[in-house]
Amino acid sequence: MGKLFGAIVAVIAVISAAIFVARIWWLPADVSVLGEGIDHQLTETMVASGVLFVAAQLALALFAWQYGDAGDARPIKIFPGGATPMVVIATALVGIEILVLSFVGTRIWGNIFLTPPDPSALTIDVQAEQFAYYFRYAGPDGKFGTVHPELIDEGSSNFFGLDPAHDTAARDDIISASLVVPVNRPILLRLHSKDMGHSFFVPELRLQQDFVPGLVIPIHFTATDTVKKEIVCTQLCGLGHFNMRAYLEVKTEPEFEDWLKQQSQ
Amino acid sequence: MPEAPAPARRRETSDRLAELKHQPPTGFLRTHVFSLDHKVIGKQYLDLGLVAVVTGMVLSWLMRFHLGYPTAALPGLGAVAPNRAPGGVMTPEFYLQLMTMHGTIMVFFVLTTAPFAGFGNYVLPIQVGAEDMAFPRFNMMSFWVTCVAFLVLVAAFFVPDGPPLSGWTAYAPLSAVGKDAGPGQGTGQTLWAISIALFCVGQLLGSLNFIATTLDLRTKGMTLARLPFCTWAWFVTSVIGLIAFSVLLPACVLLVLDRVAGTSFFIPAGLVVSDRLQPHSGGSPLLWQHLFWFFGHPEVYIAILPGFGIISHILPAFARKPLLGPKVVIGCMVAIGFLSYTVWGHHMFLSGMNPTSATLFSVPTLIITIPATIVTLLWIGTVYGARFRFTTAALFCLGFVSVFVSGGISGFFLAQPSIDTYLHGTYFVVAHFHFVMGVAAMFGIFAGTYFWFPKMYGRMMNETIGKIHFFLTLIGVYCIFMPMHYLGLVANVRRYSAFTDEYMKSSLPLHRFITIAALCTGAVQLLFLYNLVWSRFKGAKAPENPWEATSLEWSTTSPPPFDNFGGRHLTVAHGPNEYGVKGAAGDYVMQASSETEVA
Repeated sequence: MGKLFGAIVAVIAVISAAIFVARIWWLPADVSVLGEGIDHQLTETMVASGVLFVAAQLALALFAWQYGDAGDARPIKIFPGGATPMVVIATALVGIEILVLSFVGTRIWGNIFLTPPDPSALTIDVQAEQFAYYFRYAGPDGKFGTVHPELIDEGSSNFFGLDPAHDTAARDDIISASLVVPVNRPILLRLHSKDMGHSFFVPELRLQQDFVPGLVIPIHFTATDTVKKEIVCTQLCGLGHFNMRAYLEVKTEPEFEDWLKQQSQ
Repeated sequence: MPEAPAPARRRETSDRLAELKHQPPTGFLRTHVFSLDHKVIGKQYLDLGLVAVVTGMVLSWLMRFHLGYPTAALPGLGAVAPNRAPGGVMTPEFYLQLMTMHGTIMVFFVLTTAPFAGFGNYVLPIQVGAEDMAFPRFNMMSFWVTCVAFLVLVAAFFVPDGPPLSGWTAYAPLSAVGKDAGPGQGTGQTLWAISIALFCVGQLLGSLNFIATTLDLRTKGMTLARLPFCTWAWFVTSVIGLIAFSVLLPACVLLVLDRVAGTSFFIPAGLVVSDRLQPHSGGSPLLWQHLFWFFGHPEVYIAILPGFGIISHILPAFARKPLLGPKVVIGCMVAIGFLSYTVWGHHMFLSGMNPTSATLFSVPTLIITIPATIVTLLWIGTVYGARFRFTTAALFCLGFVSVFVSGGISGFFLAQPSIDTYLHGTYFVVAHFHFVMGVAAMFGIFAGTYFWFPKMYGRMMNETIGKIHFFLTLIGVYCIFMPMHYLGLVANVRRYSAFTDEYMKSSLPLHRFITIAALCTGAVQLLFLYNLVWSRFKGAKAPENPWEATSLEWSTTSPPPFDNFGGRHLTVAHGPNEYGVKGAAGDYVMQASSETEVA
């Protein structure tokens, strides 16, 4: 029984680890300035925990294989050093890893969420609702109109509840169902929700942030490649949660300006 | 000269024991239904856990079938739920409703009842040498309140709009605004909140009992240092539970008030739901998350610590050598219990709370891996040099170690906010919590069942069926949950009823593999159910101490008499860890043995 257990655990451990190492399923290529830092952190963690995983499973498998009761008079053996090596390994090894990963990881986290956006960032207003995203650009006047929830009317495409009749800033706001941005330019998103908790996730940007009703949450990124990728919702928001998506389209600067001009007309 | 009055004698625990003597029950209801006997109550909790786990597992089969074959009709489903599964094909809302009930039933009514309230109630009083729990009436009430809570939850299946779909986490405002939020968010969600509030009451009563019994009803010689490891685990769990459930209970009350009384604890102003401006203002959805996770994180340690205790208790008995580092193991369990209150924000890194607090929560989350790693290494070190007896209970202990390593390692990734930025909300998280809760904690329950069944029912379980159950389940759970890590790495989002995004479509073959593994592993559990029933009636008669174990439950008959020890008051002279030593009984010395010299 011990040998069967040991063999099964060893095989499972090696195959699982091999699939990770071979990257048969792996993160998509990142298109964000900050993506490399996250990928590096992930890889470091994968290596450190992979070693621990395989070592622990193989040790368990080995001991189960070797130390079955064979019915002989073999005396029991206490692990050399008793509990001390375990305490030392766990505290020192894991402790050091924690310190290193925390130190590096905190800087990466800080770059994403605690660093103010570039002052020249293009600001885009993002509204999430059951079950769609809408994106708003300030238009030529560079000012966003005020959002009035009581004026929201899907039927007349007034998704943001703007009041162009009385609010001059709202008159030239551009509404889009896709998030269109220029490449290599800092983008500042202001996330707010019409109804429920939602989330903004673009795997290729390595960027995710929940929308919280009642709050306006800023996040920023810079895309490094002209791509078209899906934005998906990762915060359970109702029955259409699985189908709630939009597209991120990263265009060259001239293409973006053209697009903006077309939207204004 | 009159003598000075004798100084008042400090009441010994054995005095209290003598006062506790209760009479054997009479009548069917008092004996089998509203019993005050902790052994009956423990079995009632285990039976409730069994009904709940079968229900939860069937829900998961339905979910997995839909995920693997989203357009296929499931025979019979259309008849059972014509609105939610027309023609047998599940609607998205039905998937989410099943998912919500699956999570709620499993976390509360399986993982909190069986290892803690179930085994703890049955075994703890016997292990400390008591006749019963400190408050038998509270104990009975705790079970029946929990039972009513289960019925209230299941009632949500039968209300017109069906059960809620907001997940077991029930985030506001989805859970708070009422039926405008969509199907299932009417009566079903209110029933959910009432059910969980009742559950909290039941568990608070239970926790009080465990703490009082452990501190006050120990028999002579049973010092805290000599308590079995699982008693320590149940004790720490009940202290955690007392604080955690005290927070969830008012949170659920506030949720019900937002839903029915027009309050706005969790709902801000200006929400437009289903084209209606909601009449609330001033509330905070993040408040719900903080309250929920302040309970929710300790809750998952409530789910796993009894497993730690059970494995630490059972492993040395089958290794025939002492648990390595016994005081360290206990210290680590206490440390984990304490630290569990400092980490709740790691569920909320991306929630919109101040990003600086992410670091504050991440550090203790990583630190908590240290005591968990120490305990895991001590278990592995206990197997080293053993004379291991590979019974089914022992195999589930070894399996627990393996799956806990797997589940714990994925936690290492999620504990880092920078990595969580990518992995949050994906199947990586689903893999993590299923390994530690759905598998490891379940393996703890299986180990406890195979170990204590002879004591509880006076019969041995069938070892051959048990071993087949173990090996097939071990392979099965790895086939189900290891691939979910890979799904997470490709950003396959969780809580999706179907995968229609372009980049997720390529994951369908892996989902099919998982579905087949889940259905097969589920079928294997029928072996366990068969074994449970068959052994009750046909199992070989169990001796007093079939495993040659040391703790007090093995110093009485199988099953024990109603007062546990037949009128005897045992005196304890040894700790629970005396294995691999020469004693009159063989290579071990029992806790109640009168031998003073231990080789």
